[in-house]
Amino acid sequence: MTRINLTVDGAKVADDVEPRMLLVQYLREKLGKTGTVVGCDTSNCGACTVHLDGTSVKSCNVLAVQADGSEVTTIEGLAATYDGGDLHPMQEAFRECHGLQCGYCTPGMIMQSVAFLKENPKPTEEEIRVGIEGNLCRCTGYHNIVRAVQLASGQGDHQSAGASTVGVPAEEATS
Amino acid sequence: MIPTQFDYLAPTTVEEALSALATHGDDAKILAGGQSLLPVLRMRLNAPEMVIDLGRIESLRGIRDDGDAIVIGAMTPHSVVGKDPLVKEHALLIHKAVEHLADEQIRHRGTFGGALAHADPAGDLGAPALALDASFVIAGPGGTRTVPAAEFFVDLFETAIGEDELLTEVRVPKHTGWGAHYEKFVRVAHQWPIVAVAATVKGSAGSLEDVKIGLTNMGSTPLRAKATEDALRGGGDLATAAQLADQDTNPPSDLNGEASYRRHLAKVLTRRAVTAASGG
Repeated sequence: MTRINLTVDGAKVADDVEPRMLLVQYLREKLGKTGTVVGCDTSNCGACTVHLDGTSVKSCNVLAVQADGSEVTTIEGLAATYDGGDLHPMQEAFRECHGLQCGYCTPGMIMQSVAFLKENPKPTEEEIRVGIEGNLCRCTGYHNIVRAVQLASGQGDHQSAGASTVGVPAEEATS
Repeated sequence: MIPTQFDYLAPTTVEEALSALATHGDDAKILAGGQSLLPVLRMRLNAPEMVIDLGRIESLRGIRDDGDAIVIGAMTPHSVVGKDPLVKEHALLIHKAVEHLADEQIRHRGTFGGALAHADPAGDLGAPALALDASFVIAGPGGTRTVPAAEFFVDLFETAIGEDELLTEVRVPKHTGWGAHYEKFVRVAHQWPIVAVAATVKGSAGSLEDVKIGLTNMGSTPLRAKATEDALRGGGDLATAAQLADQDTNPPSDLNGEASYRRHLAKVLTRRAVTAASGG
């Protein structure tokens, strides 16, 4: 067992863990933070994305011991990092644009989108699609997710944002 | 799946890491960013008794100017390499290759040296390193030695790094002002390239002064498209020269494509990469 100390969603935690324990396992099984989900377990799908010291990582691809001394933010603590309401603006935008269907990819999508906008605050639609390429959604076809990220970046409203990508003329979409 | 049990060490200096390697030898595995190692451990394709994590060794991170070369610390994350102004100015080809390597989350964790030491023939950094004539600084019990890229890649997942050695940094000769392009052919987003071509060019289309071309996934190691380079240096036209890109390669056949298809891709992608690199 190895001793680890870290800050998760603003709270200091310390535990003895097996070196083989994955960060996502630690978050879910030790801390009960089941808002972060395991999708593919092969580091492809991005559903388990959290922030580690301010940048997005796939928590199924990090050992808990590697996060020793670090600060972790999960979907459960995201709203608290932004003062003003129960939801982070990205969460609001996903709700507003209905950027989900089954919702399984949503925690990872939102965490990656927040990290992405931090590095690129006013992205083009193409840049958004590339920025979230490490997150797979098997329901939506991504259109509403891209709209949500556009809305959260202060570009366009929830109906017209990204409308051109699905072949709907802007006038029609906003009418 | 969960990896099999292992012990864990996180040394804070290269010397400590080397002594841990000397003690545990064959039973140990080096952990850099872990973006290739962790999936391997989870699938239980490897079951080391000891994992030595280099993540706490600060001296292995960072990029510096060293006269006629830039030096990239082995533990520098891809995302840092991708944004670094020195890399962009003096080794544009690496900048371009890193930009589309895996995905953003992986680039935050994965490291420049880790990816090169892993030596996956489909990895995106081997061909650019080879094309830029990079050299690899390897630390061992007897001190450090420097290995040129042409000798670094030995075989599938095999490099010149010995069992008791560590890659500490990569020296990239400055290619200031050279155009560059990494042309990657994938089936779906953030996948390993089926074939990719790394091209860097001095001069512009029509007045090419020099050209260097690396091939990804056209054999068990990264390769140079030497015949194409020579033809272009001799003033040959690109369409004809690109037809030589698969000479002396030995591409694999797998679910993503037959060897003959990869040979075809190498020619097409070489033409595209050189065209883009020379601003065409």
